[in-house]
Amino acid sequence: MSALQRDAAPTVEQLSANKQLRRRQGLARIWSGIFFLATAFAVAALAMLAWYIISRGWGYLSWNLLTNPASRRPERSGLYIAIYGTLWIISLTILISFPMGVAAAIYLEEYAPRNRWTRMLQINISNLAGVPSVVYGLLGLGIFVEWLSMGRIVLAGALTMALLSLPVIIISTSEALKAVPWSLRESAYGVGATRWQVTASHVLPAAVPAILTGAILAVSRASGETAPLLVAGAAGFVTRKPDSFDDSYTTIPIQLYNWMSRPQKEFLDLAAAGIIVLMGLLILLNSVAIVLRQYYGRKARW
Amino acid sequence: MTASSDPIPGLPPDSGVGQVDYSLLRRQHLVEKAAGAFLLVCAAVSIFTTIGIVVILLSEALQFFSTESVVDFLTGTKWTALFQHDQSFGVLALVSATVMVTLIAMLVAMPTGLMSAIFLSEYASERTRSVLKPILELLAGIPTIIYGYFALTFVTPEIIQRIFPGASIYNVLSAGLAVGVMITPLITSLSEDAIRAVPRSMREGAYAMGATKFEVATRVIVPAALSGIVASFILAASRAVGETMIVALAAGSRAQLATDPLQSAQTMTGYVIQVVSGDVVRGTNVYYSLYAVGLLLFIMTLGLNIFSHWFVRRFREEYE
Repeated sequence: MSALQRDAAPTVEQLSANKQLRRRQGLARIWSGIFFLATAFAVAALAMLAWYIISRGWGYLSWNLLTNPASRRPERSGLYIAIYGTLWIISLTILISFPMGVAAAIYLEEYAPRNRWTRMLQINISNLAGVPSVVYGLLGLGIFVEWLSMGRIVLAGALTMALLSLPVIIISTSEALKAVPWSLRESAYGVGATRWQVTASHVLPAAVPAILTGAILAVSRASGETAPLLVAGAAGFVTRKPDSFDDSYTTIPIQLYNWMSRPQKEFLDLAAAGIIVLMGLLILLNSVAIVLRQYYGRKARW
Repeated sequence: MTASSDPIPGLPPDSGVGQVDYSLLRRQHLVEKAAGAFLLVCAAVSIFTTIGIVVILLSEALQFFSTESVVDFLTGTKWTALFQHDQSFGVLALVSATVMVTLIAMLVAMPTGLMSAIFLSEYASERTRSVLKPILELLAGIPTIIYGYFALTFVTPEIIQRIFPGASIYNVLSAGLAVGVMITPLITSLSEDAIRAVPRSMREGAYAMGATKFEVATRVIVPAALSGIVASFILAASRAVGETMIVALAAGSRAQLATDPLQSAQTMTGYVIQVVSGDVVRGTNVYYSLYAVGLLLFIMTLGLNIFSHWFVRRFREEYE
């Protein structure tokens, strides 16, 4: 605007002289503070949680915590057997759910016709992802432990956790496949590749980083779950580490629940130390996911 | 084995051109069919999971209802399942506790989650967002048993019992607050997705008319994103209903009609944990009651989830 227009235009101060405007702007300032506080509340809750757990469990953190089996005496109790159980469950769960989940997602994204049945399948998977984990536990108890008479063994627990993780893996793999641009597929179809060739040689390698990330996140979530395995039969007090898939077992969260259910303060402190171990495991798993994504992300250039 | 086709005019026969390797084609065709079939079977497993859940819950619950009346189950308020004598299965006692925990959780999570979502999408700079979003994701990824421990050993003694000296060690309020903090990131991320889907032009039009940031947020954006925001609330409520470990640790196991949030109560999920923590023998009606409660839980959460999807489809505003 010209110098004349600029000098004649009202300044911000002159505009704000309007009382109503000042009130609205004051209100806006107050509310932006409130919105910030709401976010800060969530962050503060996390900080409080972390500080409390660390300060409470610090005294019990030691190598013995990882190498001792559970014991009636808190100072001698450790997570050795529970760690074994958790590792068993994680491995078997990945083995069962990862191939099936990725295959199901490939079917839904690359092979299935876009019709009502496919849509129903997708809705079904989305609903399964929202079912409470304790219901999966009841499913595992009713079908694997009792009806198939497996008993309360590692395999039954792993099958339960595999079913729990399956919808999440399918959904995240579907997202990963959707993110691969159509031009990649069309170029392959254009030179005469068959659908499986396109999928296996072009689409999958491009989607591998995201697929792996999604799967590891799903499994890390599952390894922190307590309820389904409590229901499907992990024991609270196991004396020997599981050596085979048909042994009884316990997992880290279940061992922690066992300790938390005791009234003695020492066991509660021990539980806090165990929580630090559990969070360490989850952070480790998530870091593996991030590292894998970086590594494969560099290889899959499209 | 190669089969030669008819000689092509202009080219010498047996030159290799125009010869088709049918065996390779046949093999590739088999691979295609096998891959397709295998993939379909894997996708079908998800159907079997749903069928499995429904079948096992229904069949075991029906066993329960062969000895207990459905009406008494659904309308009774006395739940004394683990008593030797005077066993009563009025599930409303458990449902009342679940509802109370969920209500408290939603009272905490709805304002906090929505306001955080508004802050993240409207007020925060890119750098602030890049710091805050991972923190919220971390909050969402914490195993619920940790929240339960925090509620039982910190929130109850340090906070609740300081303000309300008459509160018991196990109380619904503590569990409700913890569940609320747990579901807040869910509301924040889903609401933020809904808010970001509102086109910039709407915001800019409002700013151009002189609206303050607060007015744009409350009168333009939230109404535009309302269907997604409400859906996030419903999904969060469904999560709260299904929450197990927090209530198992902090809310207690007093299975009576929940009237006082400062006293203990037992939710549906808490009951399941209590039963499996003891000796549960297959064939007893306590065992079958697990599935009756589980069936009710499944129906409630499934209903909420389906309702939220329907709500979005019905009320979503498409602007582009």
